[in-house]
Order: sequence, then C-alpha cells, then structure tokens
Amino acid sequence: MVEANSDSPDKIKDPLEIPKLICGAMADIRPYPAHPQHNTDLGFPPELIDNWKEVAIAKIGELAEKNRAFKLYLDICVKCGACTDKCHYFLGTGDPKNMPVARQDLLRSVYRRYYTFAGKYFPWLVGARDLTKEILEEWYSYYHQCSQCRRCSVFCPYGIDTAEISMAAREILDSIGMGQKYCNEIIAKAEKLGNNLGLSPKALKATLEDLEEELEDDTGHKIRLPLDEKGADILLITPSADFFAEPHIDGLLGYAKVFYKAGISWTMSSYASEAANFGMFIGSYENMRALALRIRKAAIDLGVKRIIFGECGHAWRVAYSFLNTLAGPFDFLDQNYPIPQHIVEFTYDLIQKGKIKFDKSKNDEYRVTFHDSCNVARGSNMGTIPGGQFEYPRAVLKACCNHYYDMDRDTIMESTLCCGGGGGLLTDELMDLRTKGASPRMSALQQASEDYGVTHMAAICAICKTQFSKIMPKFGYGMDKILSVHQLVSNAIILDDEPSEKNNGQNKQTTKGTKQNGAKLANKDDKEAS
Amino acid sequence: MAYEVNGNIVEHDEEGYIINLSDWSKELAEVIAKSEEIEMTDEHWAVVNFLRDYYEEYQIAPAVRVLIKAIKKELGPEVGNNKYMYELFPYGPAKQACKIAGLPKPTGCV
Repeated sequence: MVEANSDSPDKIKDPLEIPKLICGAMADIRPYPAHPQHNTDLGFPPELIDNWKEVAIAKIGELAEKNRAFKLYLDICVKCGACTDKCHYFLGTGDPKNMPVARQDLLRSVYRRYYTFAGKYFPWLVGARDLTKEILEEWYSYYHQCSQCRRCSVFCPYGIDTAEISMAAREILDSIGMGQKYCNEIIAKAEKLGNNLGLSPKALKATLEDLEEELEDDTGHKIRLPLDEKGADILLITPSADFFAEPHIDGLLGYAKVFYKAGISWTMSSYASEAANFGMFIGSYENMRALALRIRKAAIDLGVKRIIFGECGHAWRVAYSFLNTLAGPFDFLDQNYPIPQHIVEFTYDLIQKGKIKFDKSKNDEYRVTFHDSCNVARGSNMGTIPGGQFEYPRAVLKACCNHYYDMDRDTIMESTLCCGGGGGLLTDELMDLRTKGASPRMSALQQASEDYGVTHMAAICAICKTQFSKIMPKFGYGMDKILSVHQLVSNAIILDDEPSEKNNGQNKQTTKGTKQNGAKLANKDDKEAS
Repeated sequence: MAYEVNGNIVEHDEEGYIINLSDWSKELAEVIAKSEEIEMTDEHWAVVNFLRDYYEEYQIAPAVRVLIKAIKKELGPEVGNNKYMYELFPYGPAKQACKIAGLPKPTGCV
C-alpha cells in the first residue's frame, strides 16, 4: 500500500491495515506556494513577511481567543492514541507525522510554548517548541497533507477535529504570506468571476446550450438547462466542474431531467455559478463569506423561492452548516422547504411520491457501490432523519440500479475514507500524496469488487469524482468507473410520459422521509443488495 | 522556468504553462509538446487549434465533451472520442492540450 504506484498497485486485503512507520517519508511533499498576486487578491501579504514570527504567534493567540473549539482541541488532547491509525494519509504513507495527533502537535507544541504556563516556563517538560522557520516549513508541508475529512474526529474520545486545526494552521500561514497556490488562486477567481473554473457568463451559456442540444438529441425531449431566468422557483447552485469535467456533466444532465419530470421551474446563475467554497479550506471566514454572499445575491436578484445544491461535498457542508450565519437570514425564500436543500434529497422525495420512475435495467451494466464523501458524511446531514446523508443517496441509487452493494462497513458512512484529494489538495503536484491517500479507499473498493463483482463507484462530490477519475487507473480501474449519482438517475429515469403539472403547491418537498421509506425504496427482490 | 524557441526565451510557471499567452507560436507548441513527450500529429493539431479558437471566443478552454464533439465533427468518431483523446494527450485533453495550446490551466475541482 505504501508503495502504490501506476506500475504495480499493491493489492491489499485490509484497507485499514496499519502500515510500517517510515519517518519523514512525506517531509518533502508540499504544494506550490501561491504567487504574490494570489495572496494579495485575498488580502494576505504577498510573500513571507519579515516579522513572521511575531505575527504568527499573535495569530495563534487571536484564533485561540476567538475560536473556542480551536483552543479546546489544543488543550484537551490526552495522547490516548485512538486517532493514530485513522487518517487515510497515514495509512497510505506510513509517515508518523500524518497521524492526526502528530499533525495536531505540530501546532499544539508552539501554542503551548507561548500560551500555557507550563510551556512558558518548562517547555522541555511538555513538548513545547519555539517557533522557527523549520517549523513553518513543516506546517506548510503537513497541513497540506490533511484533507480536512474529519475521520479522525469520529474516533477521538474528545471529538478533537484535526480539520479545524489544519484550517487554523493554513490561516496562520496565509496571514504571514505563505499561501498555497491551488486554493488561493481559485478563491480569487471565484470571487471575481463567480466560479472556480473562470467561466464567463458567455462561456457558461454556450456550454449549457450545447448540452441542451445533446439532451434533445439523446432523449427527444426539450429538457432545459436554464441560466439567469428570473422568477424561476428554484436556484440550483452546483460546482462549476459540473459544466466542464467527466463524469460531473452527466450528473448535471441528471439534475435537469429530474427538474423536467418534476415540472418545476429552475435556473442556474452566472453570478453564483459555483457551489464549492474554498474559503473553508484555508480557514478564512472572510473569504468563505464573500463566496456565500454571491449565492444570496443571486437568489434575491433572480427572485427564486428555493435554493438547491448540486453534487458537491464541502459545498454542502458550508451550505448545510454555515450558509445561514454566513449569508442569512434567508427569510425571502419559501419557508416550507429546507433552506438550502440537497439535490439528492430533492430527487429522493420525488421518488417517494412516485413523481419520477425508473427503468432500472438501463443501469444493469453497472454493479454499483457508493463512496460517502467526507464533508457530506461528517459535516452535515440531509433531510430530517439522523443519518439522512447516508440513507438518501443509497435509496436513490437502489431506486435506479438493480445491483447495489456497500463497501466494508468500517470504510463507509461516518467512517468513510476520504478520496484523497479533498481539502484543497486536488492539485497535480500532490499526485503522489493523492495516490497514497486514496489507497485505503481503493482497497475497500477492490474488496467489494472481489466479493460482489462491483464495477463502478458513485459519488456526490466534484472533488471525489475528479480525484477518482485520475487515481482509479493506478489501481486497475478505468477512469470511467467513477460515476455521478445523478448520472445513474439520468440513465434510468423514464421521461416518456407527460411531464407532471407545474408545481401547484401540492408537491412540496417536506423531507418527511423515514427509515421505512428508505428501506421501501431498496430493491427487495435483489437479495444481493445490501 | 522557461522554454527556448529559436533562441527566444518564453517564461512558464511551475507546471509548464506559459505566463504570457501572446508568447505562443506553433514552434513553441512543438517545444512544449516535446517536453511533454508528445509527438505532434495532425490530430494533435486539430485539438490544439480548436482549443485556441474556442479560447479566443470564450476566454476559457471548452468542456472535454464540447471538445470531443467538435473533433468528432471534424475528424470522425474514431478520433472524436474520449479514449482516443487520452491516447493523444495522456495527461488529459483539457490540461495537457491546454498547456501545448498556450492556454491557462483549467482550475477548480477538475
């Protein structure tokens, strides 16, 4: 596993097998630094400032005072070791600094030195360290080897969330001019143009028109992909990868078919043409807010009643957990619907109500499993039942596929393994880390392939989809073995009866789903389905 | 970090994308392709030319699907398909072909 590479992917039996320790194995891995312009665009110093030490130490103090969780996490760890083997990057690299507790300690040791009594007077007794340039470099390297997936926090008896610490560390690094290129360039672009790709309204319109043509050619139905249409009921906010990459686009076509069959008017926005909010990756409230406010403005300008998010993992975390505090109140939206709502929840409700039906045989070539995306699994929920974020996507998949199987229980749902590319690490120079970090997930998939003949994996996150399409070939799967959930919906949805009436208020998506409802959706005849 | 074309220096970033898009020339494309271990054929050029035309119109690279559709129209389904595009540009028709075409790298979750 440690040596997974394109030539000889080591097939491992247990995805959670603890590797042999290799000290410093990943010490030289680091993403490209942001260009000065990327930093200044976001209000950070262009490059490392002269008084970095004072500023960084002050920033730690400021964060500890402002963010109670951060301070608690730094203070409370008892070194029990429960987290040590829970990080996919540790499992994949064997580098002990990728153990969550060790990753936290890179910052905790400095915090102790300057902000605790013991650390100030007896640093050698409590592992407190002076802040040095070497430590900065270590932070830059190892805090960019955390995808902020929060798997470790599930197993920590105190609930210490390494994601919070790694976000804070990146915030500290940004504050002294040590930003990361991938995140900062993208945030600046999204704040300027409305999406991470840099699509202008003209380019977006042309892409959507092209796809509408394709939809009509394929189905014979005039299925729309509306843009900037005032007065639509629903504003769809989806990752810009859905306009560009494979298999993301097939998911977008799936949403369009669902809206079409539901007979509900919807639109996308060229002003807020991005669901992803990279502000979270760098722990920057200001940048996260700037991006969230675009969504609010688009919703007001277009006069919509509802906001629905497409398949995007951490977008959903930001939307579900923070949208209201970042950009609320959303009192101008229809309060009868969840604000915001996830597209999977929307589709799930339509299935429940019998408003969309499937010809499951259309997906018979796929034996499907579901990869729970980390930020959906551990940072949010869907609908009104606990665990809805696990239940709903599975229910949708089972409704449109005859062959659905779960991977090992210890690697899914709240224990899901990250794809290896989340948290701002989906950049080519980190490919080695991404491959190694994906290896536990790939092992779990290989197990499912062996046990149940699983051929494809579906996901609801743009990062997961891109990451897997790049990584899967290194583990013996074609790049097209990763699918969008709504791609499978799109394949099997039956379009050929009259579209239902325009929303008359009776088909409200009130998310009254229950466990029984979810189970009912599962294909009872398919005994293999788990 | 620079390419050299006929004695001229053309700067590029860490990943090999040129800094000033106006520095691009057909000779430079050949140089970039070589550093990517790609031998430019007519089919490679069809992709590069389409990308450049599209970029001129929209200031961004097209979705892979749009690219494939256009190439299919021009050169037929044997060339205009996803698999063949990856044979032409193993690191992806979007990123690698953009680099050779002298266009910025597509950013985001792609």
